[in-house]
Amino acid sequence: MVRYWGGKVVSVIVSLFVLATATFFLMKAIPGDPFTQEKAVPPEIKAKLMAFYGLDKPVWQQYLIYLKKLLHFDLGMSMKSQYQTVSGIIADSFGYSFRLGIFAIVVSVVVGVALGILAAMYHRKLIDSVAMVLAVLGVSVPNFVLASFMQYVLGVKLGWFNVAGLGGPLDYVLPVIALSALPIAYIARLTRSTMLEVLSAEYIKTARAKGLKKRAIIFKHALRNGILPVVTYAGPMTANIVTGSVVVEQIFGIPGLGQYFIASVSNRDYTLIMGITLFYAVILMIARLLTDIAYGLVDPRIGLRSRKGASG
Amino acid sequence: MRKSWLLVLALLLVSGTVLAGCGSNKSSSKDQVFNMNLTSEPPTLDPALAQDSVSFTVLTGLYEGLTRKDADGKVIPGIAETWDVSDDQKTYTFHLRKDAKWSNGDPVTAHDFEYAWKRVLDPDMNPASPYAYQLYYIKNAQNYNIKTDNPNHISDPNQVGVKALDDYTLEVQLENPTPYFLSITSFWTTFPVHKSAKDNPAWAAEANTMITNGPFKITTWKHGNEIDLVPNENYYAKDEVKLQKVHFVMVKNASTELQMFQTGQLNFAGFPTGEIPTEQIEKLKQTNKDELRIQPIASTYYYNFNNTKAPFDNANIRKAFALAVDRQQLVEKVTKGGQQPALGFVPPSIKGEKKTYREEYPDTGFMKPDVAAAKEALAQGLKEKGLTSLPTVTLTINEGTGHKQIAEALADMWRKNLGVDVKIETQEWKVFLKNRQNLNYEIARAGWSADYNDPMTFIDMFTSNGGNNDIGFKNAQYDELVKKAYATADQKERMQLMNQAETILVKDNMAILPLYYYTGVYMVKKNVQNIAMDYQGMVDYTRAYVQ
Repeated sequence: MVRYWGGKVVSVIVSLFVLATATFFLMKAIPGDPFTQEKAVPPEIKAKLMAFYGLDKPVWQQYLIYLKKLLHFDLGMSMKSQYQTVSGIIADSFGYSFRLGIFAIVVSVVVGVALGILAAMYHRKLIDSVAMVLAVLGVSVPNFVLASFMQYVLGVKLGWFNVAGLGGPLDYVLPVIALSALPIAYIARLTRSTMLEVLSAEYIKTARAKGLKKRAIIFKHALRNGILPVVTYAGPMTANIVTGSVVVEQIFGIPGLGQYFIASVSNRDYTLIMGITLFYAVILMIARLLTDIAYGLVDPRIGLRSRKGASG
Repeated sequence: MRKSWLLVLALLLVSGTVLAGCGSNKSSSKDQVFNMNLTSEPPTLDPALAQDSVSFTVLTGLYEGLTRKDADGKVIPGIAETWDVSDDQKTYTFHLRKDAKWSNGDPVTAHDFEYAWKRVLDPDMNPASPYAYQLYYIKNAQNYNIKTDNPNHISDPNQVGVKALDDYTLEVQLENPTPYFLSITSFWTTFPVHKSAKDNPAWAAEANTMITNGPFKITTWKHGNEIDLVPNENYYAKDEVKLQKVHFVMVKNASTELQMFQTGQLNFAGFPTGEIPTEQIEKLKQTNKDELRIQPIASTYYYNFNNTKAPFDNANIRKAFALAVDRQQLVEKVTKGGQQPALGFVPPSIKGEKKTYREEYPDTGFMKPDVAAAKEALAQGLKEKGLTSLPTVTLTINEGTGHKQIAEALADMWRKNLGVDVKIETQEWKVFLKNRQNLNYEIARAGWSADYNDPMTFIDMFTSNGGNNDIGFKNAQYDELVKKAYATADQKERMQLMNQAETILVKDNMAILPLYYYTGVYMVKKNVQNIAMDYQGMVDYTRAYVQ
């Protein structure tokens, strides 16, 4: 067990190091610097700015300095936003993305699983068809189209919601729907097909023969197996929603981290590019680890397998 | 299993309650609240470091300089009540009002200005003030500011020509007579800074450490999200300030911004810190005709010719390209924002001697766009270059709204009128700028906006050693004219000299290809009064009120 987790941690550190190195040199290879702008800063003033941010040193030196700071968990100062730390910017803006993401994930899982179960319970009936039509729509309509559509109809035309911002709880409704439409559809289909499979299994037939109520069969016996693929999907979905909500966030004017990521590249805000890249990497890795753990909890056989893997 | 469902439900309920606590920010249309979109986070609110329209827009509410500008760009008293100018126009003496106060109650004195200006020029200020050169008009300022590799460096700040004679008298000595100096003293870089900035370099990064002297003070700065200003009760003219709150949001998406305006979440949208989508302008002219405003601003959209590289090292070929463009069609069919076709470089809203510069020196004499004349010029140019036809020409533009459509329209006109093949290359902004600065292009998009209200802010750009001369234009006569215009205090003579220079630049050499003079397209709710947009297109909301 210890060796297993030790190995995980080592691989995380190595991946982060490789990522940091690659990003650093790629980023330095793009033409331009933080002070390239339409109205050129006089060369003497620019030289002073470059020196202040350590950009006058050779790139390998800058790299070593950056790594040294990174070892002390110091992500440095933004080169665009004066006197703001990269960690501060990430903490401020990721809060919005995270809150939104958590709601979207909860809604996706709850609604998706519920739709899937309903469809499976009423297989080949109206509810099934409706659920599956919804699922097809959810998969095929891009989230930014859905977002703009809802913004226009529910926000501008009907005036039920603010078109942008995150002032009150109602403001979460539209972005959460836009973010969770695709995962809901995916989870619903996944749940439906596994549930159908499980429902025709021998032990369910036995339960039914014993005269158990339909609800008890579904929730006590079928669901635990039926939900397994959803757990597998939950890891990448979490990472996707939390890191990839930038388009929806922009439409609803939500100041999440994604927009800083895009802006940091166009501003050549080197420290911010590095900081956000590494932060996203850590989030992805944590999501993968959590998936591993969750899998083990739902299906004990899998925990066994990973332990075997570690000793082998 | 049932337990976990309950858990999820409980979680949802709890989070809902927490969120409800955040409250709603929707305000009724009668409240004295001004809601405006900044699009992005201001990089700084330190007047010494600010250099972009987002920071400037917020600073306009927070600070006041020696002078202010009214809606017509006229200089009006600010913290300085009156001023005297010496006969040689090289010494300005400002008499400050005695009732001006900082938001913490301290009096605003001449020493605050001296401190602020010397801070901008301080060679050891870190990070350096990128706009320090706005103060180079002041005696010895440049040589004090630049230390490295400068044999004339002056290390003694007392030799810089700004001095507080007493608490309320500020004497400023200039290098040259600078007739537009009073326009500089309302520029953001010259705003005073409270002396407490000495002890905390990060003072302008958070709302609670900022002491300001303007009509408003900052109460909230949620980075990347929103900024709130409320009236500064210590402001000397607080009776003129009617708004109870200025609420800035930072929404990136232009169509979201427009919808926020339409639903009342914003009462100002568009230029200068936001954007009205071009494809919506035509429709808005009908649906929102009382709210949509289009105002000329002191900026010019033009194309750079690379004057150092064939085929555009030839004046006739450059002329051919300039004459072959139908600018009227461009502004009507493509840009659609009420822009005015440009035949010169200095835009119409820049002041001249008595009227505007363009009224006194029209640009219509510089060229008469005409296909036949264009063809003729091309033939002549080809002959001079010993060519029979032009190779494919590359037009380099940057990403961003509208540039591509304009480039395509022009490529089409050149193809049709001159028979030239044009390839359009779109580059990422900073890559593009790097290439343009390194003269690594044939034709490249460009735009220039005024820093102060005088033709010089455009004209001195193309001197042989100008830091922004990215067309490779070198002309001794041009340099001479600019030098003379710098040295003279006579407005009429200055204007004439600058017009001669512009004639050399455009008419004689067609070193650049002027396309149109920008407009600011913005929307203001009908019930919001007293919003002023100046010649530059910067918004003054400090005296606005909601009816």
